[in-house]
Order: sequence, then structure tokens, then C-alpha cells
Amino acid sequence: MLSFIVRRLLIAIPTLLAIITVCFFLMRLAPGGPFDAEAPVPPEILANMRAAYNLDKPLIQQYGDYLLNLAKGDFGPSFKYKDFTVTELIGQGFPVSAQNGLAAIILAIIVGVPLGILASLKQNTATDYSVMGFAMTGIVVPSFVMAPILILIFAIFLKGTPFQLPAGTWEGGAFKHRILPVFCLSLVYIAYLARITRASMIEALRQNYVRTARAKGLPFRTVVVRHALKTALVPVVTFLGPGIAFLLTGSMVVETIFGLPGVGRYFVQGALNRDYTLVMGVTILSASLIITMNIVVDVLYGLLDPRVKYE
Amino acid sequence: MSILDIRNLTVSFKTQDGAVSAVNDVSLSLQKGECLGIVGESGSGKSQTFMAAMGLLAANGKASGEILFDGQNLIGASESTLNSVRGNRMGMIFQDPMTSLTPHMKIGRQLGEVVIKHRGATPAQAREQALAMLKRVQIPEAERRLDMYPHELSGGLRQRVMIAMALMCSPEAIIADEPTTALDVTVQAQILDILRDVKERLNTAIVLITHDLGVIAGLADRVAVMYAGRIVEVADVRSIFANPQHPYTKGLLACTPRLDDACGGAMTTISGQPPNLQRLPSGCSFHPRCGYAFEKCTTERPALEVVGATRAKACFKTIEAA
Repeated sequence: MLSFIVRRLLIAIPTLLAIITVCFFLMRLAPGGPFDAEAPVPPEILANMRAAYNLDKPLIQQYGDYLLNLAKGDFGPSFKYKDFTVTELIGQGFPVSAQNGLAAIILAIIVGVPLGILASLKQNTATDYSVMGFAMTGIVVPSFVMAPILILIFAIFLKGTPFQLPAGTWEGGAFKHRILPVFCLSLVYIAYLARITRASMIEALRQNYVRTARAKGLPFRTVVVRHALKTALVPVVTFLGPGIAFLLTGSMVVETIFGLPGVGRYFVQGALNRDYTLVMGVTILSASLIITMNIVVDVLYGLLDPRVKYE
Repeated sequence: MSILDIRNLTVSFKTQDGAVSAVNDVSLSLQKGECLGIVGESGSGKSQTFMAAMGLLAANGKASGEILFDGQNLIGASESTLNSVRGNRMGMIFQDPMTSLTPHMKIGRQLGEVVIKHRGATPAQAREQALAMLKRVQIPEAERRLDMYPHELSGGLRQRVMIAMALMCSPEAIIADEPTTALDVTVQAQILDILRDVKERLNTAIVLITHDLGVIAGLADRVAVMYAGRIVEVADVRSIFANPQHPYTKGLLACTPRLDDACGGAMTTISGQPPNLQRLPSGCSFHPRCGYAFEKCTTERPALEVVGATRAKACFKTIEAA
């Protein structure tokens, strides 16, 4: 298994390089540049700015320089947030996004998976329909609708009650200020996990070996947990792998609405501002996370199902 | 003394096209230590009869009547009552050993959990008993198999593991649902030998559900023939083969190819299809396919009547011994 992980990590290097290359050149192909939004400046000053940011050299040389700096761990300066390097921006934003993302994942797993199991055991009953109705709502209502609704309910309607929750301020990450954004982030994942778990549990409960386990006189709970659940978790893990990577890198919508200083905002703002280095930085961050999570998922497959072999 | 007594059992399934009666008014008893063969085509209700006995009907299935295990009615019994019988006093072996073992659990653990549940064994004791049971069903290198996963074993070995699992608590009865169907012929013979050994040495009653008359001839003491959810004939195994009294039994026997048959001849079949359980023919369900049928058969259903000491049949005709 160790050699499997090492091999996968080695393959990750060319993968990452390919992503960096494509992203670098695509970014440059997009019309406009990092300084277009500024007030018009004399051509000499623009030329100086371009020279300062290494934009005056041929594109291929810029690419080479970027890779060299990257190898040294230097992601370069941000073009828009002038006093910050990309490393500093990500260093400040990523912990916030990652903490909230992690909390949202944990919440999604401890709520979504049991809900899915419950729905599968009560298939086609009122319980099942309510869980699936809730899940469908969670999936179809986008976060930019859900977030204002949550704010409306908890910050405004419940004002003055013990259930009032703050929204739109961060206060350095006080617990109370995290509740709404974390809930909002996790809702769609709760919904997906409930649906996926339900479907795979229904499938697993139909398996012959579950019948065998029941014929052995094991209590139903043991049959479900010990015999059915483990194989049923395979699709859940498949979904969670990239899901975790997305959650950890934050959400533009949720961070903007709830005023979180996370890294999710940078994906959109960076692209709109043609902040080349920042876009590269967040792309490398999320690509590395996705690659890592895919390796984790593949390792977990083997732990969940002994028929999976690491080659 | 009967260990399992099925009285007027009816099993029906709710489907989108209405209720399907898989088993109709079946009464059967399994004596202690005997092997009762159940024969019939697919859909004749032979498996569902005993699925009902194990409380393993699909969620849309419903059983009525009585299934007395050692005097205790299992129909409508609570899950915990069923669980005190299942795997403990009555074991079951399923048709498809390839899919009937949990793929992510080691063999030793799957066997051991039966005695941990029913006998309160410690994991170490359970492992020891699992090892002893694997040896009893003649699994080579039993010690090593305990730590293997099902996919690492062949079909024949997996079926032995299934048998070992059913035997873990020395049950009084075992239901073997087509135990040899998925296996190749040489392995079939070995599995039947093991079942025979279980019956003779442990005095375990066995219900042998199969459509293979050869399997029945080798192991069963008595045979019940089922057609369209009903028992059409019950007799001791010799009489069934020597002197079938129901046209369907006779037809089944005629379908079995024999070594001394003339080469090149067409194989005998029972013409027609098994009936649709939702639209059973009037009268005797078998009459559209029966060579002996006469008018009464199309309007009236023959009851299962006792004829002779060890025999019952549901047919108006008396068939002369061949």
C-alpha cells in the first residue's frame, strides 16, 4: 500500500505541472490584463509596472520564471492586493475556509449519512419521503438563495430570541459567527450524502449476504452496521473525496454573503481582476487538494472492500 | 416427532400489478433427523415456503397460516424470537455461495459471530469453533482460511463455508435452498456427501430444496413435489421414483435424461409453461399441461389427499404403476 501511495504521489507531479501549464496560458489568452481597471496611466508608468511584475518578457520566459519561483515555494506578488504576496493571501484565507469547510464536512457526514440510512430502512414511507424531500430542497436551492433565507430567519426574524445568530460579521471566527456559514456550506452536502447513502444502502440491503446475515439470527442493527454499511459507503467516499477538496477551498458565495475572510472569494475576484498570480495560486491549491483527496479515496476503497487491490 | 410443522401456509407478495400468491395453503412437516426433499420448477413456491419459515420474506411478502418450530409459531413472531431460532436452532444454506457471504469480512469472523451471538462465546472461543467447523466440512488448510476473505475461495469452498456457518450452533434443522445449483458436478457430489454426513452423524433434519431429482434421490428420505404454490404429491423417496402418482411428478421424472436412453432421441419435456401466479388456471393448476386431464380438472381443484401409509397426492386420476 505504501508503494501505491508513493507511486500516486509521483504521478501527481506531472498532473499538477499540466494543470499549471494549461492554467497559465489560458489566463494569458483571456482578453484584458491586471492593470486595465486602474485609472488611465501614462504609457511609461504602465511599462514600468509591467516590468516590475515581469510581464514585459516573452510569454514563454515568464512561464519559465514562474515555474522556477514556484519550485522555490514563491507564488509571486498579487497584482491587485498590492502589498501582499499570493502566499500571504492564501496563508491568511485558507485556514478560515479550511476550518469552516472541515466543520461543514463533519456536520454533513454526521447528519447526511444517518439520514440516508434511516431513509433506506424506511424505504417508501413518510420518513423516507420527508428525508428525500429535505434532500431535494437542499440540492435545488442554491447557496445564494439559502444564505439570505438563513440570515432572514436567524438574524432578523429571531432577533431578540436565544436563537438569534449573527451574520455578515466574522469577529475573528467566534463560534457563534461560524454557525450560519458552516450550516449553509454543509446543507447541500447533507442533502447529497443522504441521497447517495440511501441509494447505496437500498442496494446493499438487497444483497444475498445481508439475507445470510439475517439468517444467522443477528440483530437487525448488527446486520445493517456490520454487513451492509461498509460496502454501501463506497459511493459515499467517492463523492466525499472531491467534495472535501471543494469545501476546504471555500465558497465565493458563502464567504461574500457572510463576510468571511476566506480563500473562496479569490477564485472569482482573482479571475475578474486578471490577477494572474493569485489565480495560479488558488488553482494550484485546489488542484493539489483534489489530487490528494483522490489518493485518499483510492486508499479508502481498499480498506472498505478487500477485493480492491493496490497495484 | 416433527421439528418443523407448516400448517396451511399461504405466502403472497404485493406487486404493482396486484397480489401474487407464491404459496397456497401448504402443509408440511419435517421430522427430527429426516431429510425432506422439496422439488418443483422455478416459481413453484418451494423457496418462499421456507423463506417464510426463516422470517426472510421480502418486505412486500406476507405469510399467513402457521409455521411451528418445536411447537412455537414463527409467523408473526417478533424479530428477537426469530433471531433466537435463526442460525441457532434452524440454519439456512443459500443457493449462490458466490454472493451469499459478506465480501468485506474474513471467513473466521463470519463464522464466529454466530456463536458469539447465540452462545455468548468469546472471540477466541468463536475462532476455535469456527476452525473446528471448517475442518468438519473438510476444508483443506482450515487454519489459513479463517483469515481469508470470501473472494479468495472457490465456489465449492464457499458453499462449505456456508454449510459450516449453518452448523455453528448445531441446529436441529437446516434448510438447504438449492445448495448445489451454482456448483459444478464434481463439487456438487462433495457438498451432498457433507450434507449426508451432517444428517447421519449430527442427526440434523434437512430440508433440501432443489429442482434436481438426482440430488433428491441421493439424500432425501421423503419428497414433496410443488407446483404453482401447492404441494401436489408427498411420498417417501422410493415411491416417488418407483411409482409417481401425480401426473406432474411423472412428467418431471420422465424429463430426467437417463444413461440408458437411446442416443439421438428427443428429450422428453412437459409441454407448456409454468402458470402465471397472478392468473392461475381454474381447477387444477396443472390441467392445461396435463395429459390425463379431463373435464372435472378444469373446474374443480383436487385436494391433497392421503393415499396409502406414506403418501398424499392432489389428483383425481389414479395412475397405474408403470
